[in-house]
Amino acid sequence: MNKRLPPVKLVPVPSTNLIPERDAGSPPILECRHLGIDFGGLTAVSDFDMAIGRTEIAGLIGPNGAGKTTVFNLLTKVYQPTRGSILLNGQETSRMTTVQVNRAGIARTFQNIRLFDNLTVEDNVKLGLHNHINYGMWSGIFRLPKYWKEEKAAHERSLDLLSIFEMADLANVKAGSLPYGAQRRLEIVRALATGPSLLLLDEPAAGMNPSETAELMDNIVKIRDTFQIAILLIEHDMNLVMGICETICVLNFGQIIAKGTPEQITNNPVVIEAYLGKKGEE
Amino acid sequence: MTFLSFLISGISLGSIYAIIALGYTMVYGIAKMLNFAHGDVIMVGAYICFYAMSSFGLPPVVGILLAVVACTVLGMVIERLAYKPLRMAPSLAVLITAIGVSYFLQNSAQLLWSTNPKVFPSVVGNDGLKLFGGELSISYVTITTILTCLVIMVVLVSFTNHTRMGKAMRACSEDKGAAELMGINVDTTISVTFAIGSALAAVAGVLLCSAYPMLVPTTGSMPGIKAFTAAVFGGIGSIPGALLGGLLLGIIEIFAKAYISTQMSDAVVFAVLIVVLLVKPTGLLGKTIREKV
Repeated sequence: MNKRLPPVKLVPVPSTNLIPERDAGSPPILECRHLGIDFGGLTAVSDFDMAIGRTEIAGLIGPNGAGKTTVFNLLTKVYQPTRGSILLNGQETSRMTTVQVNRAGIARTFQNIRLFDNLTVEDNVKLGLHNHINYGMWSGIFRLPKYWKEEKAAHERSLDLLSIFEMADLANVKAGSLPYGAQRRLEIVRALATGPSLLLLDEPAAGMNPSETAELMDNIVKIRDTFQIAILLIEHDMNLVMGICETICVLNFGQIIAKGTPEQITNNPVVIEAYLGKKGEE
Repeated sequence: MTFLSFLISGISLGSIYAIIALGYTMVYGIAKMLNFAHGDVIMVGAYICFYAMSSFGLPPVVGILLAVVACTVLGMVIERLAYKPLRMAPSLAVLITAIGVSYFLQNSAQLLWSTNPKVFPSVVGNDGLKLFGGELSISYVTITTILTCLVIMVVLVSFTNHTRMGKAMRACSEDKGAAELMGINVDTTISVTFAIGSALAAVAGVLLCSAYPMLVPTTGSMPGIKAFTAAVFGGIGSIPGALLGGLLLGIIEIFAKAYISTQMSDAVVFAVLIVVLLVKPTGLLGKTIREKV
């Protein structure tokens, strides 16, 4: 359980943000500068600065209501930022829609599972592949050779992806009837199917037992290694966060209170205070 | 033999209801709204086909194609102008807008084409098949209607199950937000849904007026309401449900006219709906949504 990824050395990108040294050869996959959003008069997130390297596993932690999921919603353009900028692959996303951001390379899972319950496991994955399947309406209706060819490719790709989590034998089961842990895994597979270069995982281990969590940790690292993508995850399970995240960003009341490697975070008095309260306060 | 003949006209009328009900059910399934203007799109389709044939002397096939194209465009324009700006609005606002669009179409039709009834020429002629030595006659309109309905059903089921767009529709009907985050363009999907529904409405309008040749600007409203009833009856949101609901409704209506009373037939139809909804509130093929606790 307490295996740890080897520590990384962080180096600055042209701005003050840091990414792991091994990714320094290319610009960060994601960089946020002074990102912020207000809901009415309430500032939910402000001055959010962060860079993620091409193959980095980063964690976003913080007490409940700190604004973690809001950051995800900003990155995927579910919300439009009030301030600041998001650079995806060096490209400004302010004019992009959710769909365009997805096509440009961000995929995500949800804190409260949002699978297509009445569709089979395989069809859920195929919907992730939506933009990678190419055949016209008529080939689909009349099942022309093109349809069979593309469908076969999509079918094989789906099973490949499902086999990451050893779920290939569940392909024809309805997604809604899967056990909870399997639904969470399927969400990750579906997100991967969209072919992202940055995967956002919103509490992937929520509701999992310790052995499932340990397996999930291995799988997250495996996904990063196989697909060579960056992963940003929100998680409350500190074993998971400290075990696999190379960099961690701590959010409290919509503001970053600490950033750094797991070692730097565990020893940071500000973080301890935010999580446990001030010493001798009672 | 009269029983059989009533049954066949019931199936024929039911087929028309089913085609219209598909439009209601698909739009409801995907956009989660009741498009009460759907019935009036039928009327527009019928008028376009009527003028194409009578004023321009075009062959019926061209008339039908024109009606389909015009209604497809009309459906997409209605969605774009009236419903899309209300995507985030409460469903009641959308419902009232739909009723408004319905009246707008009816009154525009009155202005454009006057309230004088038009006699719609049947697109397949008025003859029919004579069976059992002339005891049973089935008109070509009836046969065409039933066959058209079957073809539409098969194509549509194939479309929703086997095409990218069809699968995108099913995804949108379950969770638009998640679909969008998977890279599925929800706006396009809804627009296509309206296009398909309205194209079907045009076909239904032509078939309806071929069977019942009186065309006035309110022609679409009663069949529209009944098809909506059929969609609810079969389980709104379900494509096979629309077929089943439409057919049953048509058969019940014709039998009620034949064996109970002509004036009472509509009352019987709606009474059946009430009973079905009391017993099975989600309709015959509708899915029960279990609340998670």
